Amino acid sequence: MIQASHLTKQFGALNAISDVSFEVARGEIVGFLGPNGAGKSTTMRILCGVFPPTSGHAIVAGYDVVADSLRARGVVGYAPERVALYLDMTVREYLRYVAEMKGIAPSHRRTAIDAALSSCGVVHVARRLIGTLSKGYRQRVGIAQALVGEPRVLVLDEPTAGLDPEQVAEVRRLIRHLRGERTVILSTHILSEVEATCDRVIIINHGRILAVDTPRNLNQRLRHTSQIHLEVRAAADVVASRLRAIPGVLQVDAALDAAEGGSAFVVTTEKDRDLRAELAAAISAAQWPLLELRPVFLSLEDIFLSLVAEPAPATPVTHDEVTGRLSA
Amino acid sequence: MKSLVVCRRELRSYFSSYIAYILLAIFLLLSGYFFYSDLIFFVLYGGYVLPTGLWQYVFLDMRLCMLLVLPLLTMRLFAEEKKLGTIELLWTYPVRDGEIVVGKFLACWIFFIIMLLPTALNPLIFYRFYHFDPGPLLAAYLGIFLLGTAFIACGLFISSLTENQVISAMATYGILVFFWFLTWNEEVADQQIIQVLLHLSLFDHFFNFSRGVIDTQDVAFFTLFVLFFLFLTLESLGVRKWRGVR
Repeated sequence: MIQASHLTKQFGALNAISDVSFEVARGEIVGFLGPNGAGKSTTMRILCGVFPPTSGHAIVAGYDVVADSLRARGVVGYAPERVALYLDMTVREYLRYVAEMKGIAPSHRRTAIDAALSSCGVVHVARRLIGTLSKGYRQRVGIAQALVGEPRVLVLDEPTAGLDPEQVAEVRRLIRHLRGERTVILSTHILSEVEATCDRVIIINHGRILAVDTPRNLNQRLRHTSQIHLEVRAAADVVASRLRAIPGVLQVDAALDAAEGGSAFVVTTEKDRDLRAELAAAISAAQWPLLELRPVFLSLEDIFLSLVAEPAPATPVTHDEVTGRLSA
Repeated sequence: MKSLVVCRRELRSYFSSYIAYILLAIFLLLSGYFFYSDLIFFVLYGGYVLPTGLWQYVFLDMRLCMLLVLPLLTMRLFAEEKKLGTIELLWTYPVRDGEIVVGKFLACWIFFIIMLLPTALNPLIFYRFYHFDPGPLLAAYLGIFLLGTAFIACGLFISSLTENQVISAMATYGILVFFWFLTWNEEVADQQIIQVLLHLSLFDHFFNFSRGVIDTQDVAFFTLFVLFFLFLTLESLGVRKWRGVR
């Protein structure tokens, strides 16, 4: 549905994005993840036809965003990062204006507007002036505006920025609801959002793509050791020295969150080697009461930090290179 | 035609705020007062020639009212969209930049015509008491219409340069007044340069109209002036393509 190849955008001397390539399949929800200023918005604006790339191509639903700009813009719905609405219009008036601008036939306009209103949960404020709405509602009207006319591709720039937790959950529910019907690209710097809503993640920093994968695969690729959290009711130093004797254990660190009378550890083992059974056997052999034993997964936060902590690479890297450099 | 969609939204925006009504009222009040005082002047000292004795003064005064009001109408056209950020959304709809420019220009133009029409009441009432030749009056109206159109085109361009409406209005005042005073003092520049400047001055081109004379040179000047500023506006919107959004 979306093919971006070697997109580069320069603003004067500034390289906003360099050599950004990715593909998004029909019906997929893809998250753009990166710190502020990473180039997320620039990439999205190119896809939406706000400005052309300095070099490279992007094709949306079969239309080139530069050569066939008007038709490409016709199949994309965009909700910008900064919610921008005409405050002196009512919600319904505004959506009618949007429908007209998108060139929706007069006979379909009403249904298109009603559909957008109801899927964003703003039916009951349809007659209110946008200027009198709260931030959460404005955000939803901004998404409704993108949804008008059921565009095949939705581009949402930080759709949950500045919302309270309840509203965030609602927007995410809305996005998940679109899964399968629409192709969605959303950007965020909130990592749990990607885990909650996206099929795939594109991690971008300094205008370059660092990794493209599912959240799960990223987790596996980027781990260079496995960790197990363990809690035992026994003296810490005795347990630690016993655990270190088990083959495959690289490191045993005391963890802070131990219950009273117990000691907690994070046991680091070789990658892809599950030592849970051996650990449990050793502890039961010593007749220490075992309170807890669980594998520790890298959070998306950890993955993200380890990726962006790297200096901007001179050339685009593949996943293997990223993984390789981290384990080196 | 997407221009009409843009135009309709702009017009509702004008009429849903009281600022438009205030500007309208002030314009009509001032132009009405000027008509009244110019008529008194004509009756007391003006002689018998209507075009140079009355219409000229009426329209030169109306020109001042327009200079006062029109930049306040054009200041928001693009500046407000830039401030709100709605301009970015406009660029993602399947609509050409040209259609946006034409739509906004058209909206302000329609408002200007709505503003201008009631001023015709003054000469109409006058006509009931004195049957004058309407030709010179119509010529003067054509002139004021072209002059106003030129103001709007210039204001539209300035508005596309900034997101601050006050700056937008002030800069438009600056440019328009400069075009007015361009030939004020003939001693400031060489005689040959003055001859060139004279052709660029908005108000020198308007002067003939105000006396009831339609010169195709003047019509051509205003048309080119308008097209030039519409072109500049279009170029100014295109700046985002290499400079980004803001």
